[in-house]
Amino acid sequence: MSNQPLRVENLHLWRGERHVLRGLTFSLGRGTCLQVKGPNGSGKTSLLRTLCGLIYPEEGRVLWDGEDVRRDLRAFHARLAYLGHEPPLKGDLTAGENLRFWVGVRRRLSLADLDAALARAGAGGCSARLVRTLSAGQRRRVALAGLALLAVPLWLLDEPTTNLDADGQELVGQLIAEQLARGATVIAAVHHDLPRAVPAIEQLELAA
Amino acid sequence: MSAPGVALAPERAAALAVSGAGAAWLALLRDLTLAFRRRGQLVQPLAFFAIVTLLFPLAVSPELTRLREMAPGVLWTAALLASLLALEFLFRDDAYDGTLEQYALSGQSLTALMFAKSAAHWLLTGLPLALMAPLAALSLGAPAAAVAGIVASVAVGSVALSLIGSIGAALTLGMKRSGALLSLLTLPLSLPVLIFGARATQLAIAGEAYLAPLELLGALAVLGVTLAPLAAAAAVRISLE
Repeated sequence: MSNQPLRVENLHLWRGERHVLRGLTFSLGRGTCLQVKGPNGSGKTSLLRTLCGLIYPEEGRVLWDGEDVRRDLRAFHARLAYLGHEPPLKGDLTAGENLRFWVGVRRRLSLADLDAALARAGAGGCSARLVRTLSAGQRRRVALAGLALLAVPLWLLDEPTTNLDADGQELVGQLIAEQLARGATVIAAVHHDLPRAVPAIEQLELAA
Repeated sequence: MSAPGVALAPERAAALAVSGAGAAWLALLRDLTLAFRRRGQLVQPLAFFAIVTLLFPLAVSPELTRLREMAPGVLWTAALLASLLALEFLFRDDAYDGTLEQYALSGQSLTALMFAKSAAHWLLTGLPLALMAPLAALSLGAPAAAVAGIVASVAVGSVALSLIGSIGAALTLGMKRSGALLSLLTLPLSLPVLIFGARATQLAIAGEAYLAPLELLGALAVLGVTLAPLAAAAAVRISLE
């Protein structure tokens, strides 16, 4: 276990005719958060999806604990949580059921853990409600509860503060800060600055 | 919530690990729960099957010998199309709301999760079709003695149909109006099932031994169980890129 668990080497990515990532290289230590900034279309989402192995880059590699993640993608996936633009929730399931299935596929989960996580994310009253009756902000909170439950050392977050009120944004900051305090690594693509609660932020600016 | 520092420890992670079978079981439960929340979608292919097989005798002729001759073809074409109708929904919502993405990133075997989705598809269309087959068979003039053979052939054949269909559904994931292409991809692969299924039904109606075509259907189902989830998982990964 090194102190710089995540290393990205010379990443090149083309999307159609566009050269989106041009030789990106960086390392990220435990307990640090990387904030990826850049205008719309600058490749923030593509970068996150490449890091987690959904997209194959044209060149370059991603290393976790010194080993190319492509050598054992499933083991790498077991260590990361990716939260995209849309919370991965089913409208026809309740918030509680959604988390039981989404998180339960990855780790054992007690009902007490689940309720505590929902309450912590400010969605305690939503547990038995169908997700399609929840507001966009409440859905985001349910997704954050799921993220916290996953308990993995690498978070990749795409616009985690979308649709959230001031309290909710503060909550994202606290969750990230707690995660960093556990020695995890967080990469967040955001338009605005991350909430103040987050210590140890490094910046990565992507050009359009 | 777990205390800081504890949640990420490897030994704790091992204690919380979920096996591939456990994950597949949850994925199956999830699809079944969802299906019962949206009953309209569930009933559509079954209603189609019932209507075709019940209307056919009215349109053709009530003469038993002629009906019996056509029964296998009608029954199996209706079953094949009903299975295909339900196929369009197999991955569509999951792709749309990011569930497939989370499956692919779950650290679990995507093949096992795809198998769970096909199993759910069979439980929700294949099994009900097999249970409705006696009704369809009797309305098409089949003797009561043939019912067991017909139910068995539909039950086994629909396993193969669900699995073959999952490959087509996964391959057409990225497309807007995938219905036509899905049929084009799936139907040719389904023809052996149609042929052996109809043959088994025909023999059962004639009161002869139908075990040989039934065993061939079983072989196709086993082939599907072993290969289709692998292919579907690979197709899903491509569609996510």
